Amino acid sequence: MTTRIVELRQGILKKNDELARELRGRFEAAGVLVLNLVSSPGTGKTEFLQRTLKELRARGARAAALVGDLETDNDARRLAASGAPVRQINTHGICHLEAEMVGKHLEGWELGALDYLYIENVENLVCPSSYDLGERVRVALLSVTEGEDKPLKYPTLFNSADAAVITKMDIAEAVGFDRAAALKSLQAIRPGIRVFETSAKTGAGMEEWLGWLEKSASSL
Amino acid sequence: MHELSIVSSVVETVMESLEAYPGARVVEVRLRVGALASVVVESLEFCWGIAIEDTPLEGSRLVVTTVPLVMQCARRDQDVELEGLQSFRCPKCDEPCSDLRHGRELDIESFEIEESEIEKAGVKA
Repeated sequence: MTTRIVELRQGILKKNDELARELRGRFEAAGVLVLNLVSSPGTGKTEFLQRTLKELRARGARAAALVGDLETDNDARRLAASGAPVRQINTHGICHLEAEMVGKHLEGWELGALDYLYIENVENLVCPSSYDLGERVRVALLSVTEGEDKPLKYPTLFNSADAAVITKMDIAEAVGFDRAAALKSLQAIRPGIRVFETSAKTGAGMEEWLGWLEKSASSL
Repeated sequence: MHELSIVSSVVETVMESLEAYPGARVVEVRLRVGALASVVVESLEFCWGIAIEDTPLEGSRLVVTTVPLVMQCARRDQDVELEGLQSFRCPKCDEPCSDLRHGRELDIESFEIEESEIEKAGVKA
């Protein structure tokens, strides 16, 4: 009996990473800005995205969305009300989206005809951080009702984000939201992160967010 | 809780490589997991037992090495280890960290096999 060490030195999620790289190449070639939106349940991600899609369309931009949930197509139906093309991805128990799911749900879509593609991830602040979906921008969302220390509790995800969106700012005062503490915890985990303070209900902060999107899209 | 799908990917990868060593028994599989990889080592170990059942890896050990967080401090042009996951700034000069060198690893390093002499002779013949 002899023993032998077989060296592999490869990423465990190599298959996902390779697929994500392929997708990123396709997105770049098509000139579409792809954003991966990540948050915990109840952040108001769908409401925020609905308003974003609606306003982008009003400005003449072409935007589409993929929505991940364990079950139901409720979110896809809500988002489709904006007039944008939307597809639902049901993961049936899987706690995150993977590059393969994204690739499969893009079939038949002409990417070159889009300016923006939003991927609304499964509501979870842990697992989605490990899975590259080929996005250019990862956006972490947190609402004013969630606690200002959310980024400190979930550093792996917030550290991987390129931008952060604080939602439901219209009720910040009523729920005693400590804005300075929230900004401080975001900056501790991801120094220099761009933060947007928004309300999908009143439209506060949306102008700044949309301007940033347009700027990011034009730099593609 | 995506540890089971991570462990299943490991088993799949090892089994693919194992095709080159027919009849070999897997003794140990070594992983490198970064402090910021969003993975709980205890859960990986728990899931390992489930994932290797009825596979050629059954009975093998999982050995996980944790990789600390290391950032490149731009101000001092040096790699520094961060303590904990609550502040992403250089512990020496407070420079914000924008360049993480280590800590996101989620790698299969190697696996160890036992080959019987008969099987090896068989392969050669």
